[in-house]
Amino acid sequence: MAAAVATETPFHVLAVDDSLPDRKLIERLLKTSSFQVTTVDSGSKALQFLGLHDDHSPVPVHTDQLDVAVNLIITDYCMPGMTGYDLLKKIKESSSLRDIPVVIMSSENIPSRINRCLEEGADEFFLKPVRLSDMNKLKPHILKSRCREHYHQEQHQQSDSNSDECSNPTNTSSSSDSSSNRKRKAADNEEILPQANRSRHS
Amino acid sequence: MAAAALREQLNALLSSMFASGLVDDQFQQLQMLQEDGGTPGFVAEVVTLFCDDADRIISELAALLEQPIVDFDKVDAYVHQLKGSSASVGAQKVKFTCMQFRQLCQDKNRDGCIMALAVVRNEFYDLRNKFQTMLQLEQQIQAQQ
Repeated sequence: MAAAVATETPFHVLAVDDSLPDRKLIERLLKTSSFQVTTVDSGSKALQFLGLHDDHSPVPVHTDQLDVAVNLIITDYCMPGMTGYDLLKKIKESSSLRDIPVVIMSSENIPSRINRCLEEGADEFFLKPVRLSDMNKLKPHILKSRCREHYHQEQHQQSDSNSDECSNPTNTSSSSDSSSNRKRKAADNEEILPQANRSRHS
Repeated sequence: MAAAALREQLNALLSSMFASGLVDDQFQQLQMLQEDGGTPGFVAEVVTLFCDDADRIISELAALLEQPIVDFDKVDAYVHQLKGSSASVGAQKVKFTCMQFRQLCQDKNRDGCIMALAVVRNEFYDLRNKFQTMLQLEQQIQAQQ
Protein backbone atom coordinates (compact mmCIF):
# COMPACT_ATOMS: atom_id res chain seq x y z
CA MET A 1 0.00 0.00 0.00
CA ALA A 2 1.30 3.45 -0.84
CA ALA A 3 2.07 5.96 1.88
CA ALA A 4 -1.02 6.13 4.06
CA VAL A 5 -1.36 8.73 6.75
CA ALA A 6 -0.13 7.05 9.90
CA THR A 7 -3.06 7.23 12.24
CA GLU A 8 -1.36 5.12 14.89
CA THR A 9 1.41 7.58 15.73
CA PRO A 10 -0.10 10.69 17.28
CA PHE A 11 0.61 14.00 15.58
CA HIS A 12 3.27 16.09 17.23
CA VAL A 13 2.56 19.72 18.02
CA LEU A 14 5.14 22.28 19.08
CA ALA A 15 3.53 24.89 21.35
CA VAL A 16 5.24 28.23 21.94
CA ASP A 17 4.19 30.59 24.74
CA ASP A 18 6.17 32.71 27.18
CA SER A 19 3.50 32.41 29.90
CA LEU A 20 3.87 29.33 32.09
CA PRO A 21 0.18 28.92 33.06
CA ASP A 22 -0.73 29.29 29.38
CA ARG A 23 1.83 26.67 28.40
CA LYS A 24 0.33 24.23 30.90
CA LEU A 25 -3.12 24.92 29.56
CA ILE A 26 -2.25 24.47 25.88
CA GLU A 27 -0.31 21.34 26.73
CA ARG A 28 -3.33 19.83 28.50
CA LEU A 29 -5.68 20.86 25.69
CA LEU A 30 -3.43 19.24 23.12
CA LYS A 31 -2.80 16.07 25.12
CA THR A 32 -6.51 15.67 25.82
CA SER A 33 -6.99 15.84 22.06
CA SER A 34 -4.46 13.03 21.57
CA PHE A 35 -1.56 15.10 20.31
CA GLN A 36 2.00 14.55 21.32
CA VAL A 37 3.26 17.87 22.69
CA THR A 38 6.49 19.77 23.08
CA THR A 39 6.32 23.19 24.72
CA VAL A 40 8.93 25.96 24.58
CA ASP A 41 8.86 29.43 26.07
CA SER A 42 10.20 31.49 23.19
CA GLY A 43 10.38 31.82 19.43
CA SER A 44 14.14 31.37 19.41
CA LYS A 45 13.84 28.12 21.37
CA ALA A 46 11.19 27.00 18.92
CA LEU A 47 13.55 27.63 15.99
CA GLN A 48 16.32 25.78 17.82
CA PHE A 49 14.02 22.82 18.34
CA LEU A 50 13.05 22.91 14.68
CA GLY A 51 16.68 22.87 13.65
CA LEU A 52 17.17 26.49 12.59
CA HIS A 53 19.95 27.98 14.64
CA ASP A 54 19.97 31.58 13.49
CA ASP A 55 18.92 33.71 10.50
CA HIS A 56 22.38 33.64 9.08
CA SER A 57 22.73 29.90 9.09
CA PRO A 58 22.96 28.86 5.44
CA VAL A 59 22.91 25.16 6.26
CA PRO A 60 19.52 23.74 5.30
CA VAL A 61 18.09 21.45 7.92
CA HIS A 62 15.45 19.06 6.71
CA THR A 63 12.57 17.93 8.82
CA ASP A 64 13.65 14.33 8.52
CA GLN A 65 16.79 15.27 10.37
CA LEU A 66 14.73 16.31 13.39
CA ASP A 67 14.65 13.75 16.13
CA VAL A 68 10.87 13.93 16.10
CA ALA A 69 8.89 15.39 13.21
CA VAL A 70 6.73 18.38 14.04
CA ASN A 71 3.32 18.29 12.40
CA LEU A 72 2.00 21.65 13.55
CA ILE A 73 3.25 24.72 15.38
CA ILE A 74 0.97 26.73 17.65
CA THR A 75 2.35 29.97 18.99
CA ASP A 76 1.34 32.93 21.10
CA TYR A 77 1.49 36.26 19.28
CA CYS A 78 2.72 38.56 22.08
CA MET A 79 6.07 37.33 23.27
CA PRO A 80 9.13 39.33 24.30
CA GLY A 81 11.97 39.32 21.77
CA MET A 82 10.62 37.29 18.88
CA THR A 83 6.87 37.65 18.50
CA GLY A 84 4.66 34.89 17.14
CA TYR A 85 4.50 36.85 13.91
CA ASP A 86 8.31 36.98 13.67
CA LEU A 87 8.43 33.25 14.29
CA LEU A 88 5.79 32.65 11.62
CA LYS A 89 7.84 34.63 9.10
CA LYS A 90 11.01 32.71 9.87
CA ILE A 91 9.18 29.42 9.45
CA LYS A 92 7.68 30.43 6.13
CA GLU A 93 11.08 31.64 4.91
CA SER A 94 12.61 28.25 5.59
CA SER A 95 12.40 25.75 2.76
CA SER A 96 12.44 22.87 5.19
CA LEU A 97 9.83 24.23 7.56
CA ARG A 98 7.41 26.26 5.43
CA ASP A 99 5.01 23.38 4.91
CA ILE A 100 4.39 22.90 8.62
CA PRO A 101 1.02 24.47 9.45
CA VAL A 102 1.23 27.36 11.92
CA VAL A 103 -1.52 28.55 14.25
CA ILE A 104 -1.33 31.88 16.06
CA MET A 105 -2.96 32.53 19.46
CA SER A 106 -3.67 35.94 20.91
CA SER A 107 -5.61 37.37 23.82
CA GLU A 108 -6.41 40.44 21.74
CA ASN A 109 -8.97 40.48 18.96
CA ILE A 110 -7.30 42.89 16.53
CA PRO A 111 -8.50 42.32 12.94
CA SER A 112 -5.42 43.91 11.35
CA ARG A 113 -3.20 41.62 13.40
CA ILE A 114 -5.23 38.58 12.44
CA ASN A 115 -5.14 39.49 8.75
CA ARG A 116 -1.41 40.15 8.85
CA CYS A 117 -0.81 36.68 10.26
CA LEU A 118 -3.10 34.96 7.80
CA GLU A 119 -1.48 36.83 4.92
CA GLU A 120 1.93 35.74 6.12
CA GLY A 121 0.75 32.13 5.89
CA ALA A 122 -0.74 31.27 9.27
CA ASP A 123 -3.35 28.59 8.87
CA GLU A 124 -5.55 29.59 11.77
CA PHE A 125 -5.91 32.22 14.45
CA PHE A 126 -7.22 31.37 17.93
CA LEU A 127 -8.47 33.92 20.41
CA LYS A 128 -7.28 33.18 23.93
CA PRO A 129 -8.26 31.57 26.16
CA VAL A 130 -8.07 28.64 23.79
CA ARG A 131 -10.81 26.03 24.17
CA LEU A 132 -10.95 22.29 23.76
CA SER A 133 -13.22 22.74 20.74
CA ASP A 134 -10.46 24.75 19.03
CA MET A 135 -8.30 21.62 19.05
CA ASN A 136 -10.63 20.02 16.50
CA LYS A 137 -9.51 22.62 13.99
CA LEU A 138 -5.89 21.46 14.07
CA LYS A 139 -6.00 18.00 12.51
CA PRO A 140 -7.54 19.16 9.19
CA HIS A 141 -4.59 21.54 8.70
CA ILE A 142 -2.11 18.75 9.39
CA LEU A 143 -3.84 16.36 7.00
CA LYS A 144 -4.16 19.05 4.34
CA SER A 145 -0.46 19.79 4.43
CA ARG A 146 0.37 16.08 4.26
CA CYS A 147 -1.94 15.55 1.29
CA ARG A 148 -0.43 18.56 -0.43
CA GLU A 149 3.05 17.16 0.21
CA HIS A 150 2.06 13.73 -1.07
CA TYR A 151 0.30 15.23 -4.11
CA HIS A 152 3.43 17.19 -4.99
CA GLN A 153 5.53 14.06 -4.68
CA GLU A 154 3.11 12.12 -6.86
CA GLN A 155 2.95 14.86 -9.46
CA HIS A 156 6.71 14.80 -9.63
CA GLN A 157 6.67 11.03 -10.18
CA GLN A 158 3.90 11.23 -12.80
CA SER A 159 5.71 13.83 -14.86
CA ASP A 160 8.71 11.53 -15.00
CA SER A 161 6.75 8.66 -16.52
CA ASN A 162 5.00 8.83 -19.90
CA SER A 163 1.71 10.65 -19.83
CA ASP A 164 0.09 8.66 -22.71
CA GLU A 165 -0.47 5.62 -20.61
CA CYS A 166 -2.23 7.31 -17.74
CA SER A 167 -3.62 4.31 -15.98
CA ASN A 168 -5.90 5.85 -13.47
CA PRO A 169 -8.43 3.41 -12.03
CA THR A 170 -11.01 6.12 -11.33
CA ASN A 171 -10.87 7.53 -14.84
CA THR A 172 -13.70 5.71 -16.48
CA SER A 173 -14.74 8.48 -18.86
CA SER A 174 -14.07 7.95 -22.54
CA SER A 175 -14.47 10.06 -25.59
CA SER A 176 -14.82 8.98 -29.21
CA ASP A 177 -12.23 11.47 -30.38
CA SER A 178 -8.85 9.95 -29.63
CA SER A 179 -6.75 13.12 -29.61
CA SER A 180 -9.09 14.97 -27.31
CA ASN A 181 -9.27 11.83 -25.22
CA ARG A 182 -5.55 11.98 -24.63
CA LYS A 183 -5.72 15.66 -23.70
CA ARG A 184 -8.71 14.94 -21.47
CA LYS A 185 -6.90 12.09 -19.77
CA ALA A 186 -3.99 14.38 -18.96
CA ALA A 187 -6.33 17.03 -17.59
CA ASP A 188 -8.41 14.46 -15.73
CA ASN A 189 -5.28 13.02 -14.27
CA GLU A 190 -4.53 16.31 -12.51
CA GLU A 191 -8.05 16.59 -11.17
CA ILE A 192 -8.35 12.98 -10.13
CA LEU A 193 -5.03 12.54 -8.38
CA PRO A 194 -6.13 14.27 -5.13
CA GLN A 195 -9.20 12.05 -5.01
CA ALA A 196 -7.04 9.00 -5.47
CA ASN A 197 -4.95 10.22 -2.56
CA ARG A 198 -8.03 10.64 -0.44
CA SER A 199 -9.36 7.18 -1.10
CA ARG A 200 -6.04 5.67 -0.17
CA HIS A 201 -5.94 7.63 3.03
CA SER A 202 -9.45 6.91 4.24
CA MET B 1 -14.58 15.50 58.93
CA ALA B 2 -16.68 13.26 56.75
CA ALA B 3 -16.08 13.39 53.00
CA ALA B 4 -19.68 14.38 52.35
CA ALA B 5 -19.45 17.41 54.63
CA LEU B 6 -16.15 18.39 53.04
CA ARG B 7 -17.69 18.03 49.60
CA GLU B 8 -20.52 20.29 50.65
CA GLN B 9 -18.05 22.91 51.88
CA LEU B 10 -16.10 22.71 48.64
CA ASN B 11 -19.20 23.03 46.52
CA ALA B 12 -20.38 26.01 48.54
CA LEU B 13 -16.99 27.68 48.12
CA LEU B 14 -16.95 27.09 44.37
CA SER B 15 -20.52 28.32 44.00
CA SER B 16 -19.72 31.54 45.79
CA MET B 17 -16.60 32.06 43.70
CA PHE B 18 -18.65 31.79 40.53
CA ALA B 19 -21.58 33.77 41.89
CA SER B 20 -19.42 36.69 43.02
CA GLY B 21 -17.71 36.86 39.64
CA LEU B 22 -14.36 35.96 41.11
CA VAL B 23 -14.01 33.19 38.54
CA ASP B 24 -15.78 32.68 35.25
CA ASP B 25 -16.56 29.96 32.75
CA GLN B 26 -12.91 29.53 31.84
CA PHE B 27 -12.27 28.16 35.32
CA GLN B 28 -15.02 25.65 34.70
CA GLN B 29 -13.23 24.71 31.46
CA LEU B 30 -10.15 23.91 33.53
CA GLN B 31 -12.20 21.70 35.84
CA MET B 32 -13.69 19.89 32.87
CA LEU B 33 -10.26 19.44 31.30
CA GLN B 34 -9.09 17.85 34.52
CA GLU B 35 -11.93 15.35 34.39
CA ASP B 36 -11.70 14.71 30.63
CA GLY B 37 -7.98 14.17 30.74
CA GLY B 38 -8.06 12.04 33.86
CA THR B 39 -5.36 14.30 35.29
CA PRO B 40 -6.32 14.92 38.92
CA GLY B 41 -3.60 17.49 39.67
CA PHE B 42 -4.22 19.71 36.66
CA VAL B 43 -6.31 22.50 38.19
CA ALA B 44 -4.04 22.64 41.23
CA GLU B 45 -1.02 22.93 38.99
CA VAL B 46 -2.38 25.68 36.74
CA VAL B 47 -3.79 27.64 39.66
CA THR B 48 -0.49 27.43 41.52
CA LEU B 49 1.47 28.53 38.45
CA PHE B 50 -0.92 31.42 37.96
CA CYS B 51 -0.56 32.52 41.58
CA ASP B 52 3.25 32.41 41.41
CA ASP B 53 3.18 34.32 38.14
CA ALA B 54 0.76 36.94 39.44
CA ASP B 55 2.77 37.40 42.61
CA ARG B 56 5.89 38.03 40.59
CA ILE B 57 4.16 40.48 38.25
CA ILE B 58 2.59 42.42 41.11
CA SER B 59 6.03 42.83 42.73
CA GLU B 60 7.49 44.07 39.45
CA LEU B 61 4.62 46.52 39.03
CA ALA B 62 5.10 47.88 42.54
CA ALA B 63 8.79 48.44 41.85
CA LEU B 64 8.11 50.17 38.52
CA LEU B 65 5.48 52.46 40.00
CA GLU B 66 7.84 53.53 42.79
CA GLN B 67 10.31 54.97 40.28
CA PRO B 68 10.54 58.77 40.12
CA ILE B 69 9.86 58.49 36.40
CA VAL B 70 7.48 55.68 35.56
CA ASP B 71 8.12 53.60 32.45
CA PHE B 72 4.48 53.14 31.44
CA ASP B 73 5.36 50.85 28.53
CA LYS B 74 6.94 48.38 30.91
CA VAL B 75 4.04 48.70 33.33
CA ASP B 76 1.60 48.08 30.48
CA ALA B 77 3.55 45.03 29.31
CA TYR B 78 3.34 43.45 32.77
CA VAL B 79 -0.34 44.28 33.17
CA HIS B 80 -0.93 42.72 29.75
CA GLN B 81 0.80 39.55 30.94
CA LEU B 82 -1.30 39.45 34.10
CA LYS B 83 -4.47 40.05 32.14
CA GLY B 84 -3.56 37.18 29.82
CA SER B 85 -2.83 34.64 32.50
CA SER B 86 -5.85 35.65 34.60
CA ALA B 87 -8.04 35.18 31.52
CA SER B 88 -6.51 31.75 30.94
CA VAL B 89 -7.38 30.49 34.41
CA GLY B 90 -10.73 32.22 34.60
CA ALA B 91 -9.76 34.81 37.21
CA GLN B 92 -12.45 37.21 36.06
CA LYS B 93 -12.22 40.01 38.62
CA VAL B 94 -8.46 40.25 38.30
CA LYS B 95 -8.81 40.24 34.52
CA PHE B 96 -11.33 43.10 34.50
CA THR B 97 -9.18 45.19 36.83
CA CYS B 98 -6.22 44.59 34.53
CA MET B 99 -8.24 45.91 31.61
CA GLN B 100 -8.90 49.14 33.48
CA PHE B 101 -5.29 49.21 34.61
CA ARG B 102 -4.09 49.07 31.00
CA GLN B 103 -6.24 52.04 30.11
CA LEU B 104 -4.63 54.01 32.96
CA CYS B 105 -1.19 53.02 31.66
CA GLN B 106 -2.06 54.27 28.22
CA ASP B 107 -3.25 57.54 29.78
CA LYS B 108 0.06 57.65 31.68
CA ASN B 109 -1.95 58.24 34.84
CA ARG B 110 0.49 57.45 37.64
CA ASP B 111 -1.88 57.87 40.57
CA GLY B 112 -4.55 55.91 38.75
CA CYS B 113 -2.06 53.11 38.15
CA ILE B 114 -1.00 53.03 41.79
CA MET B 115 -4.64 52.72 42.82
CA ALA B 116 -5.30 50.05 40.20
CA LEU B 117 -2.32 48.09 41.49
CA ALA B 118 -3.76 48.21 45.02
CA VAL B 119 -7.10 46.92 43.75
CA VAL B 120 -5.47 44.15 41.70
CA ARG B 121 -3.35 43.12 44.65
CA ASN B 122 -6.37 42.86 46.97
CA GLU B 123 -8.41 40.96 44.44
CA PHE B 124 -5.54 38.62 43.75
CA TYR B 125 -4.93 37.92 47.44
CA ASP B 126 -8.63 37.21 47.94
CA LEU B 127 -8.62 34.84 44.97
CA ARG B 128 -5.43 33.15 46.11
CA ASN B 129 -6.90 32.53 49.57
CA LYS B 130 -9.96 30.94 48.07
CA PHE B 131 -7.85 28.82 45.69
CA GLN B 132 -5.77 27.65 48.63
CA THR B 133 -8.88 26.70 50.63
CA MET B 134 -10.24 24.91 47.56
CA LEU B 135 -7.06 22.89 47.13
CA GLN B 136 -6.92 22.05 50.85
CA LEU B 137 -10.51 20.82 50.80
CA GLU B 138 -9.80 18.73 47.71
CA GLN B 139 -6.79 17.16 49.36
CA GLN B 140 -8.80 16.36 52.47
CA ILE B 141 -11.55 14.80 50.38
CA GLN B 142 -8.99 12.76 48.45
CA ALA B 143 -7.47 11.57 51.72
CA GLN B 144 -10.86 10.25 52.78
CA GLN B 145 -11.27 8.13 49.65
